[in-house]
Amino acid sequence: MPGRLSRVIRGLIVLVTCCVAPVSAADKIKIGYIATMSGPAASLGQDILDGFKLGMTHVGNSLGGLPVDLIVGDDQLKPDVGVQVASKMVEKDKVDFITGVVFSNVMMAIAQPVTEAGVFLISANAGPSPLAGTGCLQNLFTVSWQNDQTHEAMGKYLQDKGVKRLYLMAPNYQAGKDALAGVKRYFKGEIVGEVYTTLNQPDYAAELAQLRAAKPEAVFAFYPGGMGINFVKQYAQMGLKAEIPFYAPAFTVDHTILPAQGEAALGIVNSSFWSPDLPNPVNRKFVVDFQQTYGRVPSLYAAQGYDTALFIDNAVHAVSGNLRNKDKLRTALRQASFASVRGVFKLNHNHFPIQDFYICQVVKKADGVITQELHDIAFKDHADAYHEQCNMRW
Amino acid sequence: MDVTLLLVQGLNGLQLGVMLFLLAAGLTLVFGIMNLINLAHGSMYMLGAYLAATFQGWTDSFMLGVILAIPLTFAIGMMVEMVALRTLYNRDHLDQVLATFGLILFFNELVRTIWGPQARFMAVPQALSGQIVLLPGVPYSAYRLAVVGVGLLIAVGLYGVIQHTRLGMWIRAGASNRTMIAALGVNITWLYTLVFGVGAALAGLAGMMAGPLLALQVGMGESMLILTFVVIVIGGIGSIRGAFIGALLVGVIDTFGRVLLPPALASMTIYILMAVVLYWRPQGLFPTAV
Repeated sequence: MPGRLSRVIRGLIVLVTCCVAPVSAADKIKIGYIATMSGPAASLGQDILDGFKLGMTHVGNSLGGLPVDLIVGDDQLKPDVGVQVASKMVEKDKVDFITGVVFSNVMMAIAQPVTEAGVFLISANAGPSPLAGTGCLQNLFTVSWQNDQTHEAMGKYLQDKGVKRLYLMAPNYQAGKDALAGVKRYFKGEIVGEVYTTLNQPDYAAELAQLRAAKPEAVFAFYPGGMGINFVKQYAQMGLKAEIPFYAPAFTVDHTILPAQGEAALGIVNSSFWSPDLPNPVNRKFVVDFQQTYGRVPSLYAAQGYDTALFIDNAVHAVSGNLRNKDKLRTALRQASFASVRGVFKLNHNHFPIQDFYICQVVKKADGVITQELHDIAFKDHADAYHEQCNMRW
Repeated sequence: MDVTLLLVQGLNGLQLGVMLFLLAAGLTLVFGIMNLINLAHGSMYMLGAYLAATFQGWTDSFMLGVILAIPLTFAIGMMVEMVALRTLYNRDHLDQVLATFGLILFFNELVRTIWGPQARFMAVPQALSGQIVLLPGVPYSAYRLAVVGVGLLIAVGLYGVIQHTRLGMWIRAGASNRTMIAALGVNITWLYTLVFGVGAALAGLAGMMAGPLLALQVGMGESMLILTFVVIVIGGIGSIRGAFIGALLVGVIDTFGRVLLPPALASMTIYILMAVVLYWRPQGLFPTAV
């Protein structure tokens, strides 16, 4: 009958128009930023965020041409709180990307829930080894590095230097274990001591007394954030800096804590994927603008945040702002190729970067500012040690 | 472990113990006399450190920084007691926990607003920045020795005040039976304010001395607070002697635990000690309450 037919046809038209997926660009991009914004490591979360915001400003106050809705959450360095914050961002705020994540224990907790919900997780810092190897995830991209790499660079440097007896120290959590594993992968001399201390432990007098008694030729210690301030200051106060040379990854002496460490950090040779004096135009602009905007020298954390913004921007441009087609977006993220603060950026098949690593030293400039100076290159186009265990191929 | 290492670690344990004593003395008195669980004690530790760091920055002298900061912390402690805590004395312990936890959040944000979230730098006083050679081949940080010295001096001083002055007598009596001394005509209100102020000043002093060793950051008091509660539970609530012995015990056992045991076990040692003491003597080692 005509009446019923026209109703059916009207119904079909409504149904068809609703089902046609809009291929148009989204009108804005929602980004959830999860990091440790309180406690001793708050400066790290803040620095990455400041770098990320500067990156967004440099690409036109947007990402991929879309205005950004940035939601900041604090994980308080607690994996369970991190999961709570991530769940809220994924389910309630319906973010398109989650980024940030300073600490590896938080990353290990949120990686699966976030990626399984179909949201892209772009790590601006944490790069724990399980997620680079057998546990690699197709929605997880790490813009910074894999945890072991920075320490591998120092291990290689110490091996090439001919150090025979090395004492190792790190906090007792995933990144601490990754750190010492990385050093041991390239350092083949004698490990006189391998000590793991409680995370966020403030006083190292007892451990430093043991270190002195063991009489090593050199010390390698990984202590990020507030732990680094305490360790480096106490190392110098006990007179150990003059006795036993101190080597570290850049995290123990990064720019957020150098002002607090003061003279105690001078001369410490450290390894990093980046230094403020890296001679490429993107980096020069980044360092100058960061100092002008925030009134302090950027740390490697800020550089990572900056590159993360450029990374997301590059991929969203490549898909013309269509965030709904996840597969196309993933391909764009994988093929990311842009000028970053460390030169050309390139990802390995396990979604971790392949990049150069350098040896730097903490120096005091003529104007009295204590900062890092680039000395040598340790690795060129270095891939992480776990990528072969990852069975993602593209 | 040879003798020299034993000596050095013993000194390290003593130094930690002395710092814990400064914190525990105030906390145990407040808990013992006023029956008030004060979680904001750690915030006094933090405030003392930040104030001393600021004054040191202005005057370029560690001593002046400390001398200026102690009375200010004392005054802040008394103000907190008068403004925030007077209504809590008759309330349930849980209410006190909630209220003083709120104070922790307040002070953390206050410090973050005034001084910023970045960690701060406090320089070791020039005169104490070297090492003192205790035995041949055994250098020890002069500053840490000074901390031990100051802590022991304060312990002796506190003992003197508590045992040999009228004020000390009131404090001891108050710890035993607070209702009775009110009935005997002691001005309880001002005694409480004074005790709280002294506790805050001691905690602040601990913070000031810890400043050059540990980083000054928002929330630095909380980890010390937990250790302090362990100390006063072990030592006995309300007892200065208990706080002293308990603090030394915790300091030495924690230090040796960290160097002799694997990391997971090491962080448990003092809690195991607390459990053992509670099992054997539930009121603590030197109980005071009748």
